[in-house]
Amino acid sequence: MAAPLTLLLVVAVTIRAALFRSSLADLISERVEVVSPLTAWKRVVEGLALLDLGVSPYSGDVFHETPLIIYLFHFLVDYAEITFMLADVITAVALYISVKDYNKQVFRKQKYALEADRYPHDCHELIRSPKEMYYIPLKVAMFYLLNPFTILSCVAKSTCGLNNAVIALFILSMMKGNVLLSAIFLALATYQSIYPLTLCAPALLYLMQRQYIPMNFRRFSFWWFIAQFAFMYVGSLFVIICLSFFLLGSWDYLPSVYGFILSVPDLTPNIGLFWYFFAEMFEHFRLFFLCVFQINVFFYTIPLSVKLKEHPVFLIFMQLAVISIFKSYPTVGDIALYLAFLPVWSHLHRCETVCFYELSDIVSAAESECFLYYFLLQS
Amino acid sequence: MAAYICSYPAVLFILCSFAVFVVADSQDATLISSHDATTANSPQTAAKTAEQTAEQPAVEERQWEATPQDSAEPGAEVPPEVPPVQPQPKDGFQEELVIRPLHSGDIYASFQFRTMWETDFMRGNKVSHYRLFPKSLGQVISKFSVRELHISFTQGYWRTMQWGQPFLPSPPGAELWVWFQDSVTDVDGTWKELTNVLSGIFCASLNFIDSTNTVQPSASFKPLGVANETDHRFLRYATLPREIVCTENLTPWKKLLPCGSKAGLAVLLKSEKLFHSSFHSQTVHIRPVCQDWQCKTTSWELRQTLNVVFDLHISGQGKREWSLFKMFSRTLTEACPLASSSKIYIDITDNPQGEQFELSPATTLLSQAVVLGDRRTFSVYDLTQQTTFGNMRSLNLLIRWKSTEGEMLRPLLHAERYVAGYGLQTGEIHTLMYNNHPYRSFPVLLLESVPWYLRLYIHTLTVTSKGKENKPSFIHYEPSKDRVRPHLLEMLIQLPPNSVTEVTVQFERALLKWTEYTPDPNHGYYVGSSVISALVPSIVAMDTNNTQERPLFSSFFPCKLESSYFVRIYTEPLLVNLPTPDFSMPYNVICLTCTVVAVGYGSLYNLLTRSFQIEEPSPGLAKRIANIIRKMRGVPPL
Repeated sequence: MAAPLTLLLVVAVTIRAALFRSSLADLISERVEVVSPLTAWKRVVEGLALLDLGVSPYSGDVFHETPLIIYLFHFLVDYAEITFMLADVITAVALYISVKDYNKQVFRKQKYALEADRYPHDCHELIRSPKEMYYIPLKVAMFYLLNPFTILSCVAKSTCGLNNAVIALFILSMMKGNVLLSAIFLALATYQSIYPLTLCAPALLYLMQRQYIPMNFRRFSFWWFIAQFAFMYVGSLFVIICLSFFLLGSWDYLPSVYGFILSVPDLTPNIGLFWYFFAEMFEHFRLFFLCVFQINVFFYTIPLSVKLKEHPVFLIFMQLAVISIFKSYPTVGDIALYLAFLPVWSHLHRCETVCFYELSDIVSAAESECFLYYFLLQS
Repeated sequence: MAAYICSYPAVLFILCSFAVFVVADSQDATLISSHDATTANSPQTAAKTAEQTAEQPAVEERQWEATPQDSAEPGAEVPPEVPPVQPQPKDGFQEELVIRPLHSGDIYASFQFRTMWETDFMRGNKVSHYRLFPKSLGQVISKFSVRELHISFTQGYWRTMQWGQPFLPSPPGAELWVWFQDSVTDVDGTWKELTNVLSGIFCASLNFIDSTNTVQPSASFKPLGVANETDHRFLRYATLPREIVCTENLTPWKKLLPCGSKAGLAVLLKSEKLFHSSFHSQTVHIRPVCQDWQCKTTSWELRQTLNVVFDLHISGQGKREWSLFKMFSRTLTEACPLASSSKIYIDITDNPQGEQFELSPATTLLSQAVVLGDRRTFSVYDLTQQTTFGNMRSLNLLIRWKSTEGEMLRPLLHAERYVAGYGLQTGEIHTLMYNNHPYRSFPVLLLESVPWYLRLYIHTLTVTSKGKENKPSFIHYEPSKDRVRPHLLEMLIQLPPNSVTEVTVQFERALLKWTEYTPDPNHGYYVGSSVISALVPSIVAMDTNNTQERPLFSSFFPCKLESSYFVRIYTEPLLVNLPTPDFSMPYNVICLTCTVVAVGYGSLYNLLTRSFQIEEPSPGLAKRIANIIRKMRGVPPL
């Protein structure tokens, strides 16, 4: 499987390199569907320029990236295109390997269930065969790399690509069963934007199931595992935050990054729900609706994890979808990440009668958004 | 009887000669002090030369002490010098009007009223006896610990290329900048109270000045009066470009004058003519100045100026003829009795032999001054002399144009600003600065204050002169904080000779909250004028042949210290459109968004709480009857 994957990577990198060299790159990096005030490359460059002028990037309201991004791009600003292409490649490869592992486990579970005769007789269409499952990892990588949303996000040099890479590495380390690494990557993902905090629940579920820890509230091993994971997660988060303090010597970045994500002061149009609502709302109710909208993202974690405790990977998929719809500044890069998981459940497409309509809905919504935005702001 | 008749003219003659003696005396007093002023003599320019860039602090003190306390220039016909004998009064008032005919046929009139008072507002003793100094301003100074206050209200934009340089520049709208004393602990709170109080005094909406349009410039606005140290934490600068000036603002301004609008030059300030002009600007400047050479004591100077430019075509039948009556619909009958000097100056530099225009009534008094780097000659009318008013007891100056030839000297520094770009998402601010000096380059300090809703991207800042990049030697940038403070950009740029320098910076327009829009959002939002401060090389010293005539040791460097003058130029304010949401649809928007959330919530709720049970499809009627029979028989159903 290495050869088709390599070919896919080469094709993807070629497309991106070609678009980088064309005149479309500037046009794409201005589009609000692709970049948000949190992830725009223009703002990263602005933050670095402010740092060169001797002014803290967080003293103004233009730069909202974390200090580690400053640190990273201070050295890599000339190689930005390669960095973002590499981030996409890393994400695709991580998803490929993790889906391959997942398929192996699924197939093993299915084999045991078949031998134990637990499936009713008329659902043999839903039983996955190795032949079908052989190409799923490649399809996942392809869905991610050749998705127009991902390509646009990479060409615009939106730091969403880096966030996706971290989340993909977290999923990979979770699939491999490495508790420490998954805690570290999850802490890094949470540090970048707060919302991946909700991925703690599926991580815990999956890792406990992998280690055969029973999910019973009265068992000591259950709580002991949760305590271990929490300690590793909170510890690495604390270390990263303290490192960020030492970079610039002040805590200014906390209100500028996290305060910005949570309180949504910038009403630049984007594909999310927040901006128009808060633009047209009375000041009196602002805090109330802000809390409601933010809780909406975190609220589905517990019920979903109770319902889907047997299927933690599907839970991750659902959680990523919920985050990318309801977060405060979404971009198309966030959508691309959860769309990449669709081939994993391709065996369920028989039950899905409206798949075609959904697809055409997405395409027409994207199109109409483009020209409606033109009418709103450009003419 | 005859003796009585003889003695009357004799007494009159004695009185007249005494009056002349006194007037000559006061002129000499100023003559002596102004002889030593080798730099620009006009107090505005001297004060402006006192304002420096950071490089020459020591010279400031020397130049400031050299300036006298009034506006006199060396008289052309000078009586023998007599040292002043009378004691200096504690407070004094002087008024003057300068009329400069412009080449386009318009006329520029500048009123200056100056009250000086040797007192101390700051120390514990409360000042209660006000004579010439207005009480409202005195109380403002002592209550808010103000060291310097400069406020201007302007209607119209000064066209430098057509009208030359103004005596006192001011930006369109209202501008207020204040230096506070070092003893003030909460400068922002004091600033807020001060703006509200001034808004009441001048009947202007200065209460709209808040932290979103106040900046603290670090280099552009140095103190114009005596100053010990300049910590710019005590400086606040704000403009309101949208402010309109009208009679409501003129009336309280006139009330601050000692004679009000009842006597003296202020009689001419009638609003129906003053506001029927191309440019109208009224300012108030308060600052401490030195009393004498050693600067042992300081006195407070209150200077009120009113600049107005009357348009040839608006205010007349198109005939190039101006008179005081035509400009102000009044004539002068007497000087203000409280004024120690009351003069009118007409600029006749371009009219030495009377070939361009004719001035009547004729006057023999002349004076010369170096104003804004240019040596100008003025005809003087002294209103304290009864002879000025002639037989009719009223003075109506008449300026009749004879020919329209002649070229105006191009101003050496000139600036423009505009917004480029299309759409409501992004834009670019372009500032152009023209240096028209043929061979000298000089540095300028550019101050731009941009509101927070136009987000500047400083990495897109480019400065180009003659097509090549020109890196500024000093950049001070304070980024904005949303809804708290505006952007502040100050740069020191060297302008090459005879060139255009273009400063461009990109910005992004923000979408505001519904309640933050003004009632007329499609009018646009104003961006205040940029301020360009520079020490411009003077035209007077622009003589390259002077190396031939002097002793060699004095002619090595091509310029003297006094051969540059301070100038401050304001660019146009910009009008920028912001993207607006649909104001008629708040309910619709809220419904739409809540629908999306509800659909998401509903489907997830369904997914989470719906439990599936297997149900056999219900069989047909025949099968059901057969099953009932089978159940009765005890056999398993079909």
